[in-house]
Amino acid sequence: MTDTTAPKAEAAPALEVAPSPHAFDLDLTTRGMMRDVLLALLPPMAMAIYTFGWLAVLVVTVTTASCLAAEELFERLRGSPAKLGDLSAVVTGVILGLTLPATCPWWVAMIAGFVAIGIGKTVFGSLGQNVFNPAMVGRAFVMISFSKFLGAPAYQVADAAGILSQATPLTVARDANAVMPELWPMFLGTVNGSLGETSALACLLGGLYLCARRTASWEIPFGVITAVVLFAGLTQLVVTPTAIAAVPALRLTVFEHLTGGALVFGAFYIATDPVTSPITGRGKLYFGLGVGAFVWLIRTFSGYPEGVMFAVLLMNALVPLINRGTVPVPVGGPTPALAKK
Amino acid sequence: MLESPVTAPGRGTFTRGIHPFEGKELAADAPIEVLPTPKQLLLPVLQHIGAPAKPPPKLDKDAVAGKEIAGPGGFVSAPVHASVTGKVGKIVRVTLPNGRHVDAVAITPDPEQPTPDELYAAVLGGDWPATDLPEHEPGAIADAVKRAGIVGMGGAAFPTHVKLASNPAKPVDVVLVNGCECEPYLTADYRVMLEAPRGIVAGALLAARAAGAKAVVVAVETNKPRAIEALRTAARGTIATVKELETKYPMGGEKQTVPAALGRTIPTGGLPLDVGVVVINVGTALAIARAVLREQPVTHRVVTVTGHGVHAPKNLLVPIGAPYADLVAAAGGLRKDAVRVVSGGPMMGFAVADLSVPVTKGTSGITVLTRSDLAVAEQTACVRCGRCVDVCPLGLVPTKLALAARKSIWDVARRYHITACMECGCCAYTCPASIPLVQLIRMGKARLPRG
Repeated sequence: MTDTTAPKAEAAPALEVAPSPHAFDLDLTTRGMMRDVLLALLPPMAMAIYTFGWLAVLVVTVTTASCLAAEELFERLRGSPAKLGDLSAVVTGVILGLTLPATCPWWVAMIAGFVAIGIGKTVFGSLGQNVFNPAMVGRAFVMISFSKFLGAPAYQVADAAGILSQATPLTVARDANAVMPELWPMFLGTVNGSLGETSALACLLGGLYLCARRTASWEIPFGVITAVVLFAGLTQLVVTPTAIAAVPALRLTVFEHLTGGALVFGAFYIATDPVTSPITGRGKLYFGLGVGAFVWLIRTFSGYPEGVMFAVLLMNALVPLINRGTVPVPVGGPTPALAKK
Repeated sequence: MLESPVTAPGRGTFTRGIHPFEGKELAADAPIEVLPTPKQLLLPVLQHIGAPAKPPPKLDKDAVAGKEIAGPGGFVSAPVHASVTGKVGKIVRVTLPNGRHVDAVAITPDPEQPTPDELYAAVLGGDWPATDLPEHEPGAIADAVKRAGIVGMGGAAFPTHVKLASNPAKPVDVVLVNGCECEPYLTADYRVMLEAPRGIVAGALLAARAAGAKAVVVAVETNKPRAIEALRTAARGTIATVKELETKYPMGGEKQTVPAALGRTIPTGGLPLDVGVVVINVGTALAIARAVLREQPVTHRVVTVTGHGVHAPKNLLVPIGAPYADLVAAAGGLRKDAVRVVSGGPMMGFAVADLSVPVTKGTSGITVLTRSDLAVAEQTACVRCGRCVDVCPLGLVPTKLALAARKSIWDVARRYHITACMECGCCAYTCPASIPLVQLIRMGKARLPRG
């Protein structure tokens, strides 16, 4: 431009340029979302401490420390600056810890944390790139490698007092002659199980907070719970004593399915991991329904009493397909060039 | 009372969108003031979408306010008129806020100029006969609009006569006057609605006659109750009606206003014309009234100078071609913490580095932002939280489009309808990872191979 005749106002500040938009919601950050998840994990964490005491603190501390250490180490190996500040490794660590039994040895918990971050996340290219839920990758690894410490029998400690001496509700269900626990203790969480999963009430509290904050998408837990209610409800209507004799888990009622295991914890905290779930609302609903269906299938017919972990991992693998099938149509219809094809 | 044959059955809103910080309170109550005549004006020959205006091979030495200095360069084009009386200087090259380098005619105003009151009265004041409009032939109205160099004054600057030209293949039944002004901070349209509501209604009725429309709907967001009241009063006894729309960004986008007000969805890649609607901004409507009733071309417009980065936010009546620096000075000058001067509003405006840039017909505001307005967290990886999907008013998947653009994966970009994006900025506003989504999508649209 040529000369300017404008009067200079004050000592003119240096002006910067940038593309639009020039306005941002400064309250929304990745770190903030992770903080939301940690806040929402407080009720199940508190319930875990109430039910299992210091064992819960120990396991969760080990997995969290292990996840942070693994993040630091593997990011260094990749030659990129570690981003512990984004709190994502803490979230993975706490969720992983809450899915382990109170009796889990510390070194197993540590290995689980390392695998969760190392194999579950960093090898794919770190935050946002992983296909499978990192916490579930870590848990699946130790569950298969050290089944002695994580299989169904590991939850029940014969010589322990109180809750740890009981079998978990879903294990009880597999013995057609055993008596299922009362519904109320299962809802409140005074039954045996993985640390964070036993109290459906606590998980519901934190989970609803996550949905209200829109940090978790409601479509996923809605889908998971709907599918389980549908399958378990239909089973409850038509199941016969002969069928139960052959497949004892068929006797589980809708309410027992919802409160007896990790369903509510998984539906709100695990399946809702945005990185490993579909991007659109419709996709999220399909994903949730799929997780719920697999949970019911695995609980009922597989060798494992619980199925949330494998259901989530299976559906994680299907996310690209779901995304492909749920490309939204723009308001106003498809772009003309595409419509012709 | 006349009954409008077309009602406004829209539900008053659209799906998704955002509620950014409004910032309208900074300048909403500042009555329109007349900018002191600048020492020099630069009139770009391209202030609109279409072909540049063509100055004659030999320019007159003297410019007379309101006299054409460059004729239209085609059908989709608009002439440029001298905005003040003065001496014509050289043709110089200017860089407009949108990055285009165009020729501009320099004018040095004479010392003798109309008083501020006279200018205000000529452009905004006086009586506008909204009822008992004199009979005008539709063709004569469109012709007057063309000769006056009227282009969309909401920002897009599309030549208005092209919209009003009768097209038997696409008949128009509604003229929708857009008074949403959904961009944060800006209040120029609001002040025009308050100070010249009858002019807006008169211009809209004339536009309707030119386009053969049977109805006029003025759409205003609910955050402007006084404007709604003023327009309702002005529209009494005419076929024009006022439709209140929810206060939400980007309500003023055609693809949002038309469905919200009229319940008609504009096809992707299409125009309001495809659903029988012509959309004009309130400032454009006033310009039409001025062109037809007072036979005056576009010489001035109202510009908001606002934001926390200026001392005294204002609404100014300025001659086309005035340098931004003069407007900023009239608003008390830049504050020390000002870091970004935006031509337009913060959502879709262009940042400028040089305040000698001139006001054009499409300049709706100058928003000056401070460091704390722009204190954005560091960019992180996308965690696919889907918030961009939750806010996109067009129902797109911004993060997929941005990723496809970044990696040049064109089949994915097409499958997710990249060309449908209108760059409103809702996604980037919301993104917790601070990813420059709009910038990436814009780049993708530009680089998308044809076919």
